[in-house]
Amino acid sequence: MSAQAVIDPAELDEVLARHPQGQPAGLVNLLHDLQAAFRYLPEQALERAAEHLGLSSAEVYGVATFYEGFHLKPRGEHICTVCMGTACHVRGAARLLEQAERDLAVRAGQTTPDLRFTLEQVNCVGACALGPLVILDGKYHGSMAPDRLSRLLGKLSDKKGSK
Amino acid sequence: MSIRLWIDDREVLAEPGERILEVAQRQGISIPTLCHHPALPVLGACRVCLVEVQQGKRREITTACNTLVQEGMRVATDTAEVRGHRAMNLELLRARAPEAPAVRELATQLGVARSRFRPPAQNPLPNCILCELCVRACAHLGHHALAAVGRGDKKRIGLPHNRPAEACVGCGSCLSVCPTRCILLKETATTRTIWGQTFELVRCKSCGAPVMTEAQRAHAIRTKQLPEDHDDTCELCKQSAASQRLASVVW
Amino acid sequence: MARIANAAALAAYRKQQRALRPAERKAIAVCAGTGCKAFGGLEVFEAFRAALDAHGLAKTWDLRATGCHGFCERGPLVLFFPEGRLYQRVKPEDVEEIVTRTLLGGEVLERLLYQDPVTGARHEKEHDIPFYRHQRRLVLAQNGQIDPTSLDDYLVLGGYGGLVKALGMDPAAVVAEVKRAGLRGRGGAGFPTGVKWEICRAAQADQRYVICNADEGDPGAFMDRSVIEGNPHLVLEGMLIGAYAIGASQGHVYIRQEYPLAVERLELALAQARALGLLGQDILGSGFSFDVHVSRGGGAFVCGEESAMIASLEGRRGVPRRRPPYPAAQGLHGKPTNINNVETWATVPIILEKGADWFAAIGTAGSKGTKIFSLVGKVNNTGLVEVPMGITLREIVEVIGGGIPGGKAFKAVQTGGPSGGCLPAEKLDVAVDFDSLVREGAMMGSGGMIVMDEDTCMVDVARYFLGFLKFESCGNCTSCRDGLEQLHALVTDIAEGRATSGTLDLLEELAETIRATSLCALGTTAVNPVQSTLRYFRHEYEAHIRDGRCPAKVCKALIHFSINDKCTGCTLCAKNCPQKCITGERKALHVIDQARCIKCGICRDVCKFAAVDVQ
Ligand SMILES: Cc1cc2nc3c(=O)[nH]c(=O)nc-3n(C[C@H](O)[C@H](O)[C@H](O)COP(=O)(O)O)c2cc1C
Ligand code: SF4
Ligand code: SF4
Ligand code: SF4
Ligand code: SF4
Ligand code: FES
Repeated sequence: MSAQAVIDPAELDEVLARHPQGQPAGLVNLLHDLQAAFRYLPEQALERAAEHLGLSSAEVYGVATFYEGFHLKPRGEHICTVCMGTACHVRGAARLLEQAERDLAVRAGQTTPDLRFTLEQVNCVGACALGPLVILDGKYHGSMAPDRLSRLLGKLSDKKGSK
Repeated sequence: MSIRLWIDDREVLAEPGERILEVAQRQGISIPTLCHHPALPVLGACRVCLVEVQQGKRREITTACNTLVQEGMRVATDTAEVRGHRAMNLELLRARAPEAPAVRELATQLGVARSRFRPPAQNPLPNCILCELCVRACAHLGHHALAAVGRGDKKRIGLPHNRPAEACVGCGSCLSVCPTRCILLKETATTRTIWGQTFELVRCKSCGAPVMTEAQRAHAIRTKQLPEDHDDTCELCKQSAASQRLASVVW
Repeated sequence: MARIANAAALAAYRKQQRALRPAERKAIAVCAGTGCKAFGGLEVFEAFRAALDAHGLAKTWDLRATGCHGFCERGPLVLFFPEGRLYQRVKPEDVEEIVTRTLLGGEVLERLLYQDPVTGARHEKEHDIPFYRHQRRLVLAQNGQIDPTSLDDYLVLGGYGGLVKALGMDPAAVVAEVKRAGLRGRGGAGFPTGVKWEICRAAQADQRYVICNADEGDPGAFMDRSVIEGNPHLVLEGMLIGAYAIGASQGHVYIRQEYPLAVERLELALAQARALGLLGQDILGSGFSFDVHVSRGGGAFVCGEESAMIASLEGRRGVPRRRPPYPAAQGLHGKPTNINNVETWATVPIILEKGADWFAAIGTAGSKGTKIFSLVGKVNNTGLVEVPMGITLREIVEVIGGGIPGGKAFKAVQTGGPSGGCLPAEKLDVAVDFDSLVREGAMMGSGGMIVMDEDTCMVDVARYFLGFLKFESCGNCTSCRDGLEQLHALVTDIAEGRATSGTLDLLEELAETIRATSLCALGTTAVNPVQSTLRYFRHEYEAHIRDGRCPAKVCKALIHFSINDKCTGCTLCAKNCPQKCITGERKALHVIDQARCIKCGICRDVCKFAAVDVQ
């Protein structure tokens, strides 16, 4: 198990305390806050969320898996997101995704076994004028080309991990 | 105030809040369904109960199970167009659930002898048509063990975190409402296995037939659906005991 | 800042703020919209700050980071007021020179001006640039002028004036005004907004809700994002007016989680409005109370659909339900609820401020006012454009958009996103309004407008949207969930050369059932991209099926790469090929091993001698 799978119970309590108990309507916002704290939604967090809001595990699990923005598996240290919006698509986004898949040796939606990188695709981030677009750790890189993406990813993987 | 509408040119009266399907059924007009159960909340998932509805200038094909009746509505349950769309949706379901008798029979009735489609890429519970009757029944009984998981072409029926669920009491209600009978249930003399868990069976004190699972009884007592001193006699034995008592009085 | 008690106090406060910044005061507006930021807009802003300080100009020049100016293609953009001069593609290195030569020396730096790619003419003023000249900016009017983090900026330009007017009217009169303006919803379906408000207002209830739909799921659209990021108070003011008219005391903004900056701007605007008493109890002494809560979406396109959005706001899976009952009768928590799109809300204050008649004079008989489009794809001037209803597609694509880059031929323009359709060159003179677009098989949609050139394959476009939709379907309906998966498989067969003569028939038959029998508009409109491409580009489908040929040379299974005799043997392609399947001696003709080639096209991109052919 990776270091990320252990979650801090105090932090979990702290996030839960920010949300009123027994109010199921707050589920999606609570899941966002839990994910912001743990970078993904650990099983334990989902179970506690269910308890806190008075929902069943099944309901919470059903909701967490419905929305694309929630991750039930630990994510990599670096997140590479390829925009697959229409504008990016007609400007060749598929090739960027393929390049990243080759470079990182994972498929879209997966994390490298060493937890260094997660490769994701997103439907559109509303920065269409910059297409094709790749977001690396939150920073937008517009007018991307496969070879440039390769170099960017290479630079990140050369750097020592932060832990 | 009653609502007046026409179903297959027959004038019928209905109450506000009623849906086309129930009103039609009351008239003895049958409409095929796969995801409907009168005791459970409507979902409108299978898209088989199609009818044609004319309301003012608007004409549409829609599902009878979840469409509210409205004054002056004209419903046709058996047009060529309706049959064609039902057949196409059954053809889709037939690719998903090739071995489910209910799907096969309905499809055959509508002239779909085989499906021109491939089996869907994601189909972890073979023959499941994703109607969520199981999920709704389980929730309705207060167990909430099952979930509709994921969405789109990856939607499936499952247990949270893909492992046996504490909430499941092994009652088997999910299977009993399942139109495709695709949920695996195994019983031995003393146990029942369902959704990856094995439950002890409670047997009838009188005849020894299985009545329910231990977990189910515990849940029912906890939620006060059954008295604490509930006697585990099956319905059949209760009935025959009653009729014996009756007989002893008469004769 | 203390609470403002009533309209008179607001007027006084506005006057006081205006006095602090006379109109002739000079200002520099650096675009900090998403596009310009990605091009380094914030660095430019910081460079200006440092340079103004260094030259002791911080007091004479007002420096602002604004929302999106729309001309993302040429970012980072810097506007100078009061002249309205625009510098584009500004880099931090340029700033020192701008300060010394332009600000101090009054000189215009030619190289930073926009140059028309066709005529070569340079334009100094923003409003002279064709991209801007043919627009009609109402909703976006203030984006380039105000700092979106400053409520005072908004007030100085007359902000919350529409609210003051509304609060002085009877709520029913506000509804009547919006009805008379002929405003139709900008979120896609074009339902008359005033009528919608009226229905919700008429529903008996102790509590009503208004919701702002900021889910903007159309992949290729970013109008709503830019409006919220650039002018959040405009949206808020619209919601306030609507809530007053409808009789709602609580509002929600349902916003995409992919838009963190918009969430931040909105939260800040809410806090500012609360502090000033523009939200909360007894707003401006009118007795009207209202507050707004921001909810982030979870990343599901279907949650843009009203009933799915309500399910999501109630903490459930975003699965639509059968309507009626409509949200106006039974919405959030079972109460009457009115949902409008961001742009719809943002238009409301303008209608109140300027009057229904003024507004209704813009546009066509059936479609009033302006519409913002995100003009993207294969077009020279990508960005946000706000145009009067009734303008032709040609004006947008050719004049505002500046045509197709690289001398390529125009092929199609896609409007309405995944629910919309593709229109060919013959339809470029169609007027852009709700009804004309639907008549031609496309739709207005929320405002995505994607231009496609000869290198775009229409089969591939249809396949792209189907892939998106089968993934975004909520999974409830057989027809939508399984239907779209099968439809996608059929189109994939065509794209990969496996289709037979029966494929198109089955595809059309299936599409019709998906359209006719799905529960919500995601399913019923999902087939539009397929049906519209079949209507106008059937020959492309047929070329794939009958001749095994992809005319645009996109579909990988039907193309192959080869190296012609222009090859100089530079080895660049061989070095870059991810498959290492190009062989050849230095300075000798190279050869591709077709068996191993994955058709990524990298060799063609890197070759400097146009020696790689695609067939
Ligand atoms: C699948 C689907 C997605 C939608 N996405 C959006 C969206 O992202 N933004 C939006 O404003 N409306 C969207 N709509 C339309 C809304 O359901 C609704 O009609 C709109 O918000 C009403 O506001 P308006 O009358 O101001 O347009 C979507 C509809 C469907 C069926
Ligand atoms: S057997 Fe388990 S899953 Fe099935 S209905 Fe009973 S409790 Fe629910
Ligand atoms: S398991 Fe049965 S009841 Fe449950 S969704 Fe599948 S087909 Fe329906
Ligand atoms: S049409 Fe599609 S998205 Fe809409 S309810 Fe049905 S399955 Fe869900
Ligand atoms: S298309 Fe890609 S894989 Fe094929 S030869 Fe060129 S670079 Fe190599
Ligand atoms: S019975 Fe109506 S949709 Fe299934």
